[in-house]
Amino acid sequence: MAPGTLSTFLKRGAIWGFIVLELVFFSVAGEFLSLSDKAFMDLDNMLLLFKQSAPIGIIAIGMTIIMINGNIDLSVGATFALSAIVLLDSMTWPMFGGLGDGVIPLAWGLALMTGVVLGALNGLIVWKTGVDAFIVTLGSMLGYRGLVFMYNGEQPTSHLNWTLVDLAESQFMGLHTPTWFLIAVTAVIWFVMNKTVHGRNAYAIGDNRTAAINAGIRVGPHFVINFMIIGFLASLSAVVFYSESGSVNPNDGELYELWVITAVVLGGTKLTGGAGSVLSTLGGVLAIQLLRKGLGHIGADTETVNLVIGLILIAVLFLDRQLNLKGREALKT
Amino acid sequence: MTDQTPALRLEGIVKTFPGVRALDNVSFSVLPGEVHALMGENGAGKSTLMKVLGGIYQPDEGQIVVSEQPTVMTSPLQAKSKGIVFIHQELSLAEELTVAENIYLGELPKKAFGLVDWQKLYAQTNVILEKLKVGFDAKTRVGDLSIANQQMVEIARALTVEAKAVIFDEPTASLTDAEKVVLFDVISDLQAHGVGIIYISHRMEEIFKITDRISVLRDGQYRGTLKTAETNEDEVTQLMIGRKLDLSRNETHHDLGAVALEVRDLSCGKLFRNISFEVRKGEVVGFYGLVGAGRTEIAETLFGLREPTGGDILLNGEKVHVSSPADAIEKGISLVPEDRKGQGLVLGMNCRDNMTLPQVSDLKAGPFVAEGAEIAIFDQYRDRLDIRTPGWKQLVGNLSGGNQQKIVIGKWLSMHPDVLIVDEPTRGIDVGSKSEIHNLIRELASQGYAVIVISSEMPEVLRVSDRIVAMYSGEIIRTFTSQEVTEDNLIQAISGINPEKAA
Repeated sequence: MAPGTLSTFLKRGAIWGFIVLELVFFSVAGEFLSLSDKAFMDLDNMLLLFKQSAPIGIIAIGMTIIMINGNIDLSVGATFALSAIVLLDSMTWPMFGGLGDGVIPLAWGLALMTGVVLGALNGLIVWKTGVDAFIVTLGSMLGYRGLVFMYNGEQPTSHLNWTLVDLAESQFMGLHTPTWFLIAVTAVIWFVMNKTVHGRNAYAIGDNRTAAINAGIRVGPHFVINFMIIGFLASLSAVVFYSESGSVNPNDGELYELWVITAVVLGGTKLTGGAGSVLSTLGGVLAIQLLRKGLGHIGADTETVNLVIGLILIAVLFLDRQLNLKGREALKT
Repeated sequence: MTDQTPALRLEGIVKTFPGVRALDNVSFSVLPGEVHALMGENGAGKSTLMKVLGGIYQPDEGQIVVSEQPTVMTSPLQAKSKGIVFIHQELSLAEELTVAENIYLGELPKKAFGLVDWQKLYAQTNVILEKLKVGFDAKTRVGDLSIANQQMVEIARALTVEAKAVIFDEPTASLTDAEKVVLFDVISDLQAHGVGIIYISHRMEEIFKITDRISVLRDGQYRGTLKTAETNEDEVTQLMIGRKLDLSRNETHHDLGAVALEVRDLSCGKLFRNISFEVRKGEVVGFYGLVGAGRTEIAETLFGLREPTGGDILLNGEKVHVSSPADAIEKGISLVPEDRKGQGLVLGMNCRDNMTLPQVSDLKAGPFVAEGAEIAIFDQYRDRLDIRTPGWKQLVGNLSGGNQQKIVIGKWLSMHPDVLIVDEPTRGIDVGSKSEIHNLIRELASQGYAVIVISSEMPEVLRVSDRIVAMYSGEIIRTFTSQEVTEDNLIQAISGINPEKAA
């Protein structure tokens, strides 16, 4: 076998193997522990799982390209909340009064634009100041959340548009609207990362920034594009979620950044950049959602769920480290 | 002196790496109170020997004897406890800590409950600092000191143990003349206290000023020890370069074209000054000098990685300003960097993607990368440069050094540059691939490329260059044609002793 093949195979397949493991475990354990009679791997239950994975999943796909590029974005939760407010509030603005349901595309457009602008701002600051993305987005996380509270104080912002709710709750070929968005986003970003110049350069910059610069790649614009993409996806996630729920609290989306990063890391994307895949991130998102649902299914409470996910994350990274060490040994011989 | 017990003796040290006999039966000894120079060209085995001495490498054969006690070295720290102390060229100090904390790092005196005994720490430190007659005290933050004074801190560190032998590795590389005087005072003081000193340097002037004996390594072999008082620079040079090396010159000559690159009075702060040279189409100009002579920095300036503080760069007769690597590439200047893995390649990417990295944005089919065109480019240069890889999908990190270097060279050739700069073309590459790369460089010149080769290996510059520029601490000392260059005049020029220094 060629050097490193085994570890590469294990790493690529690991997250899907883990998902299978979860399914088997919860199905069997559910037989004995679950209070409900329904099987864990019930079709409706699985469809719901996909739908519930969408809000975090859509952002996690964006975080994958940010992290492959060697950056990080902590402001996604705040961007998510601010976009949600723009979405719901703009539908009540008097100037759109006469449009009827024609307000929907406008509200969506405004919400998505919010995310793109906030993302571009992050990217420009990282590019022009040279300050680490961790620090920049830590600042913008606080700042953007501040804007959320300035908008409506502690009050929730609400507006239900029934056409929108129907759209969000509809199913096509069995899958819910949010699930379709998650699939579409994964597919598009997969193409961007694997088939376009931007994706190629993003990998190169994340793996070896010096070599990329020496090859004449201008890293700044790539940073900005990636931050705009994740901003767009954070607001798309909000658009998908709040079209259905119709009410946003100023605290919504808090800690989303951490769940998103957890999913991305679980999917095998390197924190240092240069390696990762959106498909594996999708696996990471599903694995976390399965764990939550599964633990709920067998009667564990929320606190236990968080504890277990935390332990699994650390175990996975430890395993990854061991595999990497093995891979390097294999290269030496 | 001969009846003394050596402070440190090396007996028949052998160290092999896959394919290389880095040290071949090296023996020499240092007497107490002696300054013993260790000389040799780059790659002669000096640093390997020091790593063996410091316990970083274990010798395959032979032994280290400290004060007549055979000793196995396992780490620099353990070597220090045996009285063998290293003063490295690169300082390893914690800048945010005080002088005292740095000197006793890892061995801070303690009081009850593990608290640091600051009074004792400062008192002990000041005793040492007084011995060294330095102008700063124990509580100074190391980051606030000059490089020379930081070096004094390193030396002070050495004095916390009963040192039997102190090894100085190119200690004067970053010192001013005044600072050197202080350093030499310290060395003679150590000498007076009976410490044996190994002094590694390329600078003949210093060697003849302060050392008692000179031992020479060449190609990993011990070549003999000379008494400094009874020898001269020529004899040492002879011993260092020997006659065994393949010092064949570049024999292929072809007609040169127009001047592709001209540099006039280029300066960049303290790094290099008033650099003027030209490279014609079809010509290879070799830059030879010691590490730190400013050669790489010139290359980086030409490639837009550094902003010059003065002078002009002319490409094909036109004055240009190179603001970034992207700009340099656009103008037709390419750089194969010194650190292949760190600066030249994206190791986690495959061969094809690395090869097309600078031009991938031009290879588009609609919104996507035209992978077919990429593979065509890769195939073309794989065949032309004879790159041995199972296929383009192979990760570059899995290739041998020689093939990696060919990928980097192919990357630039596919961009059709006017000027190709190659910094240390064969560093870390095995002997067979070396000559392949050398032939390739000659071939490129014959195809009309203007090539600059920077190298620290004399056989390499002699082999590939039409002309050789000798540099010493940021200045061009002399430019040789391949007819007039000899090993002697070249090694003298780069050591800063050149009677014929051109004005």
